[in-house]
Amino acid sequence: MIHILSENWQTFLTGFENTILCSVIALFFSLIIGSIFAILQTVPSKLVRTIANIYIEIFRNIPLLVITMVFYVVVPQFFIKLSGFTAGTIGLTLYTSAFIAETVRAGIKAVGVGQMEGARANGLTYWQTMRYIILPQAFKLVIPPLGNQFINLIKNSSVLAFVAGFDLMYQGDVIASASFETINTYLVVGVFYLILTLPLSYYMRYLEKKLA
Amino acid sequence: MSTFEQAYSWINLRFLLEGLWVTLEVSVISIVLSFIIGLVLGVIRYVKIKYLSAAVGFLIDIIRNLPLLLIIFFTYFGLPELGLRMTPMLAAVTALVVFESAMLAEIVRSGIQAVPVGQMEGARSSGLTYVQAMWHIIMPQALQKMIPPLVSQFISLVKDTSLATIIVLPELLYHAQIIYSQNTTYMVPMYLMIAVMYFVVCYCLSLVARRLEKRYG
Amino acid sequence: MKNLRKVTLLFSALLMIFFLGACGKKDKAANIAQRTEQTKTVTWGVKADTRLFGLMNIKTGQIEGFDVDMAKTLTKKMYGKDAKVKLVQTTAKTKIPLLKNQNIDAVIAAMTITPERRKIVEFSQPYFAAGQSLLVPENSTVKNVHDLNKKGMVVLAVKGTTAVANIHKFAPKAKVLEFDDYGQAFTALKSGQGQAMSTDNGILAGIASENPGYQVVGGNFTNEPYGIAVDKGQTQMMKRIDKALDELKADGTYDKLIQKWFGNVKGFDAKGAGER
Repeated sequence: MIHILSENWQTFLTGFENTILCSVIALFFSLIIGSIFAILQTVPSKLVRTIANIYIEIFRNIPLLVITMVFYVVVPQFFIKLSGFTAGTIGLTLYTSAFIAETVRAGIKAVGVGQMEGARANGLTYWQTMRYIILPQAFKLVIPPLGNQFINLIKNSSVLAFVAGFDLMYQGDVIASASFETINTYLVVGVFYLILTLPLSYYMRYLEKKLA
Repeated sequence: MSTFEQAYSWINLRFLLEGLWVTLEVSVISIVLSFIIGLVLGVIRYVKIKYLSAAVGFLIDIIRNLPLLLIIFFTYFGLPELGLRMTPMLAAVTALVVFESAMLAEIVRSGIQAVPVGQMEGARSSGLTYVQAMWHIIMPQALQKMIPPLVSQFISLVKDTSLATIIVLPELLYHAQIIYSQNTTYMVPMYLMIAVMYFVVCYCLSLVARRLEKRYG
Repeated sequence: MKNLRKVTLLFSALLMIFFLGACGKKDKAANIAQRTEQTKTVTWGVKADTRLFGLMNIKTGQIEGFDVDMAKTLTKKMYGKDAKVKLVQTTAKTKIPLLKNQNIDAVIAAMTITPERRKIVEFSQPYFAAGQSLLVPENSTVKNVHDLNKKGMVVLAVKGTTAVANIHKFAPKAKVLEFDDYGQAFTALKSGQGQAMSTDNGILAGIASENPGYQVVGGNFTNEPYGIAVDKGQTQMMKRIDKALDELKADGTYDKLIQKWFGNVKGFDAKGAGER
């Protein structure tokens, strides 16, 4: 195991960096997009709610790999060329944003209608209430489930391996197929993923306990 | 439009449906097996048997925090190094069951934990043994609470079967790729069609979940 | 039920292996020549997505192509008329691992013989003289690779293939646009983004046979011989395959197969493709 690591240190490191980079970018944008759709699901207009719902259901019920492949092979035929890394990150962002939207919506719901009515009665507009009263409380409630979504996102970023995204999984696969030390290579790859996900996972469990 | 008509010829659609059938087959087998194993592991983790629970818990945490794709690679490309050769079908089911059991065990554990402690105490004081109380009082309530996360995990499993296309499992995505390798203009119609197929299957599952939730929730 | 029991067994085994994994040792490689002779069955890894070489026929569910026919006739030559052929679909990613872990006995999948690959597998003598060539619209003024060596010429190729470097070598003045797969590169040719598409002649022939109005021109300007591969160390099996290949070439079966698959492809030199 050690020699696989030392001989391919640079390759693993590049993959590790790309996995982190892709996860962070995807997290950032999916948080924004997800929150927007969560809010849109709670607005008074039924049409807007339906549109938001359709977006969420579509991206929740189609495999991430299919979404990613569409951005990798279909979109370039009509619009712009996308590198594997870009296509993968876009796919990951859209897919995760649907799950984040659901999570945040649950949070908004849990804060309750009473708060909204109270704030509105005090003269705040709908958006002001959302921004200053509801969302801050909602986010506090949903930190643990959001954390779990982030862990899922990191694991799901391995989909980049399908589109030559040079992430950890892809690099590991390259090393494995060159060296034929499959088990050892995959164990190293596993350790790298655990470095990212395990601490997060334990921290989220701690937070859950603390908040409960 | 004629490209779409050609792409959706009965022969192509039948080939896609064959792929969908494999996807469903793998999904159902994996859901049943991983639900049973997940239930057992979750209970073991909850009841705190010396050493065993800690060991199981550690194992679950490791597997839960690895990408499924890595586990699939490990099963199909790694295990043969130890003399365990298998078909893509068996490898896909094994990898899915290993990964999903760990995910489900965690759901089961937190489901049981969500049942108030008083329930157990009450059941014990009215003369039930621990196992009886667990089986008749705690588990039914825990299962109710578990329905939504369980079903969304099952939906994830159905979607995740698409990853097995990399080990040449003849499932839906792989069959779509075979069809558009015959004629590259079929690429868009094929991705559209399989997106619809996955959507229908997964959406139906989530409708079932909503039904169950309403009835038992 | 059989599957269920197998899976539960495997599951428990897997859990143990996951932690003991690193210290496991490899099982001894079986002698494939002996095994295939006893069972009279050869398991071949073939392509299922490459026209003319190995392509799934959606109607029948069978894989068809030159490679597949070669696998069948080679098996019969080696072990007699009642010998059985098993075909396993492989991809670029799975073919060598499957060979290494003995899920398949041999690979015949439009695989170019390269020095790097020689380090990890045994190759037969070449069975198909592939080479880089050009695909152009039928009314094109481009007749060979030298016609492309002008300012303003654009050649379409696939990323990560030797084709890109070769175009730079043979037509340094032309610009090369790189795509991710053959489908995309051909779509670009159709939409007029370039004057020619370049890759292995066999693959271009497959595209030409399916798309009227396009032809392969200029012959091969590089050599990319395709070979049959077995795992490193299976020399006895390799010798047997080579011998059968010699016999096929001698008795005319090989020429018939070349004609069958490549004879009618426009602009494709079927005689030149045969390896003698």
